[in-house]
Amino acid sequence: MMTKFRAQNGDNGLAAPARLASEGPRTLRAGFIPLVDASVLIAASEFGFARKEGITLDLVRDVSWANVRDRLAFRQFDIAHMLSPMPVASMLGLGSNPSPTITPFSLGRGGNAITLSTRLYARMRQQVDLAETASALENALALAKVIFSMKALGEPLPTFGVTYPFSSHNYEFRFWLAAGGIDPDRDVKLVVVPPPLTSDALAAGAIDGFCVGAPWNMVASERGIGRIVAAKQDIWPSAPEKVIGMRPEWAETHPETVSRLLVALDAAARWCDQPDNHGALSEALADSRYIAAQVDIIRRVLAGQFNLDDQGNRRIIENYFTFHAGFANYPRPSQALWLYSQMLRWGQTGLSQHGMSAAASAYRPDIYRTALGESAGPLDADVRIEGAMDGDRFMDGQVFDPSQMAEYVAQFPVKTGAANRLAGEEA
Amino acid sequence: MAHLDLTILVIDENAIRASIIEEGLREAGHAKVTVVHEVNGIARIIETLQPDVIVIDLENPNRDMMEHLFQLTRTIGRPIAMFVDRSDTASIEAAVDAGVSAYIVDGLKKERVKPILDMAVSRFNAFSRLRRELADAKSALEERKVVERAKGILMKMRGLSEEQAFALLRQTAMNEKKKMADIAQSVVTAAGLLM
Repeated sequence: MMTKFRAQNGDNGLAAPARLASEGPRTLRAGFIPLVDASVLIAASEFGFARKEGITLDLVRDVSWANVRDRLAFRQFDIAHMLSPMPVASMLGLGSNPSPTITPFSLGRGGNAITLSTRLYARMRQQVDLAETASALENALALAKVIFSMKALGEPLPTFGVTYPFSSHNYEFRFWLAAGGIDPDRDVKLVVVPPPLTSDALAAGAIDGFCVGAPWNMVASERGIGRIVAAKQDIWPSAPEKVIGMRPEWAETHPETVSRLLVALDAAARWCDQPDNHGALSEALADSRYIAAQVDIIRRVLAGQFNLDDQGNRRIIENYFTFHAGFANYPRPSQALWLYSQMLRWGQTGLSQHGMSAAASAYRPDIYRTALGESAGPLDADVRIEGAMDGDRFMDGQVFDPSQMAEYVAQFPVKTGAANRLAGEEA
Repeated sequence: MAHLDLTILVIDENAIRASIIEEGLREAGHAKVTVVHEVNGIARIIETLQPDVIVIDLENPNRDMMEHLFQLTRTIGRPIAMFVDRSDTASIEAAVDAGVSAYIVDGLKKERVKPILDMAVSRFNAFSRLRRELADAKSALEERKVVERAKGILMKMRGLSEEQAFALLRQTAMNEKKKMADIAQSVVTAAGLLM
């Protein structure tokens, strides 16, 4: 079962022995939202990796993260494509229907970007001597200048879209804004816009920018209505993006199924990382059952070839998507704790010892290692200091030591009042 | 009947279904029912209406926007959360299955909410059934039309009688293990290419 294999067409593998009888049907219903970061799940189903492990993935497309959460909680789904903070929020009892959820497998890194309207970007360039090749931080500082002059002139403040209150997009957009000195709760208005509607909302002027996953940033820039000003990599390269969520009680009663699923996902993730396979992957993803977008856009998204605007300004983002390399699938509890730090920073919850253990318990490296072998995991500690290595820095240059949670949250110059109070109490 | 004074907000993009729910609530004696078909400006509606119960359809991609809103209500003193009765998961599973959900203000007793949710579930299911029947009827009609056209083409091009044309279609469908409507559609398509 531990054998790694190269994917041919998936049909060559022998059928797995029928050992799942005691765990019920081998068909797993998996909910997903149409995004490129669902690639590993879709590839596992489309290219034979699941079949090779004797399981069938019944992929069900959904329209909202709240639905995905509820359908998992109420057993319509066995597993689900989820935002990396969702299991953490559920273990902390946050959100309108928190139900215990864990993840033993991360679906990779990257894929998000921040796009501003061309109008707002033009004003940034006009007001600040901003180069076309400006960094994410320079762009944030330029936006701060524009917002402060808008305030001085009494103009309405910009409205920005994110996807969900407990999303990487929410925390990344806030991190980027705050790094530029912008208070996301006072200086701008953050609203929630479903990903497929972001580009239309930008075109209609309902929002002035958004942070969302692929391919929606590229869709807006190619329409000539948006300008990409930061990628997820600029904010924190190691940040987990989407994960496979499941109910802990289901994982416990279906250990064999979970192991097979993880072996299939691991093989699919390796396959997705190979540029040679991106043509086939793009074709599959573009299908109307999955993302229903243009094949060539998806292909360029996978290659990280960005048209920043419709003027031909391009940027190649190395490893815009990482599906497997560098332990991208390993669910590291220190990353769950970093997400908790951002929930604290923005006043979504309070700091407690219980919160620390609940947040860390959402990410389950033990299940990952059981399924894929001890050697499949990284050598360093499961709870490590994040952002301390070259090539893996946070945009603000700080490092995150999970054992110093209160201090880490306190040092952010921009945070909500609740987090300020927290810092005061701890000090 | 203290439960009848509940203020109920129904959010459903499908206007027909929303009115069916509204009617059900009124029949059950609820007078304070508001129906909206889109979530634009919903924050203000919730603020002014102060609903005790919000019934929402799950097909609505803007549900995540509602989640954001309810997250904010936690801090403004009138917390709204999804209605989940952990002692009766079957009923909430049935609701999610039917494609409807309910949010309630904190502290509202479950006995007051459950009849509302149960009514919404049964009406949602009835509506789906109706929609399915309508779709079936429509496709049956379409199939009959295409068979008629194929028959006409065969009669004209091969000089067959109506019965012979029909028998030919049926025999071909049986031989190829396909539906007669599919064979008829191929005849119509082929004729379009050839003529």
